[in-house]
Amino acid sequence: MLFELDRVTMERDGKVVLQDLSASLPKGASCVAGPSGSGKSTLLRLLNRLADPASGTVRYGGADVRERDPLELRREVCLVPQLPALLEGTVQDNIDFAAALAGVEPDVPRLLDLAGLDSSFADRTASKLSVGEQQRAMLARSLALEPRVLLLDEPTSALDEGTRGAVEATLLHLRERVDVSLVLVTHDLAQARRMADWVVRLDEGRMVGEGHVREQLAV
Amino acid sequence: MLIAQVTTSIHVSIGEVAATLVLVALAIAVSFWRKADLEADIGIAVVRSAIQLTAIGYVIKFIFDQDSLWFVVLLIAIMVVFGAFTAQRRARQVPDAFWPLLLALAIAGAATLGLVVALGIFKAQPRYLVPVGGMVVGNAMTAAAVTLNRLGDEMTRHAREVEATLALGATSTQAAAPIVRRSLRSGMIALVDSTKTTGLIFFPGTMVGMLLAGASPTDAVRLQLILLWTLLGSVALAGLIAVTLAYRNFFTSAHQLREQPEP
Repeated sequence: MLFELDRVTMERDGKVVLQDLSASLPKGASCVAGPSGSGKSTLLRLLNRLADPASGTVRYGGADVRERDPLELRREVCLVPQLPALLEGTVQDNIDFAAALAGVEPDVPRLLDLAGLDSSFADRTASKLSVGEQQRAMLARSLALEPRVLLLDEPTSALDEGTRGAVEATLLHLRERVDVSLVLVTHDLAQARRMADWVVRLDEGRMVGEGHVREQLAV
Repeated sequence: MLIAQVTTSIHVSIGEVAATLVLVALAIAVSFWRKADLEADIGIAVVRSAIQLTAIGYVIKFIFDQDSLWFVVLLIAIMVVFGAFTAQRRARQVPDAFWPLLLALAIAGAATLGLVVALGIFKAQPRYLVPVGGMVVGNAMTAAAVTLNRLGDEMTRHAREVEATLALGATSTQAAAPIVRRSLRSGMIALVDSTKTTGLIFFPGTMVGMLLAGASPTDAVRLQLILLWTLLGSVALAGLIAVTLAYRNFFTSAHQLREQPEP
């Protein structure tokens, strides 16, 4: 298994967000699905140590994530947040920043292409892009780290239907071109069916189902 | 040693001080007329300023009479502690802001006074170090408070951007760098702007005081320049130390935000 959560409990502002949760996520395309407030985004943060659980263990590749250097872990297991949050400057500035963190020379046109943007976007001011374009620029920036795992937090929730379909196509196409596992958080079970092979279903901080999408989310 | 040559004095009577209450009455009248609801605050401000300045006047007279640098150190230490408490109220969104503020004011005060003495600008005597120390700590307090106020505000408003940068494997220093830069700038900009416009738009207090006391305009201007430039250094130092120490309080040692942004 890529990730294993063992009896994980997480609190936020005194309220239990994840309750004694045990679950697994294999390599490939996985999905954490559930209604708003079920703890999906919180779970995603635990996978690359943007947060630590109050109790329980999170393992990545069989090892406790707390044994890893958090900065190295995040470059290997990179989270793309729900809403765009780019740095000041151009799209290229953002890609260069991420590449410098990973110590690699970025192939900007290829990274933009992987994210579904043409190379003219490199010089565009990040804050002036549409939400959909910013979301893609965030994806290109994350890919500059050459991660093994991408954690995608509701990547299409802020997009209209047409743009959502295009981003989904980009992500599906991405897996064919790059050796990267995806963990996708979504409240949309239809999207989970389209995008993932494996699903962990949450409700009110508890796991209510885990397994292959075709079994867990049969129509 | 410019200051040593300025030997002017002026006597101000109680009657002259009381006469300025006419202008206080004008301020109260304006507030009452335009319903600004500041009449009580103006009254409290006048009473407090009278009591506080009279008290500190006697304290300064006592320290001058003793002519001991230990009393100067004690007075400035008290100012630093009260300054840190006062500035902390402007930085409520910054966790544990008191210690960064205390260190910022203490180091900025000590370094600035040490430098002006070492450079031979002022003698190491209470009659120079007390007023200059008061100005240095006061301005440093304002700058540090504004800096941390902005830091707290921006770290709260831009928590998502900070976490998105951490998610790339950036350190907390790298993630907070744009906010630290803007906070420091906001803490220093007021003094930089007033230094730019001094003499054009307003006459600063020290220069006015010296002119009223009968000093030559040349001496008044030179002393004012010394103080303005000294304050630039102390304000920069205080803002830098305060923000450098305080931004760390938003993060854990694992480069996580202590307060997670709303998903």
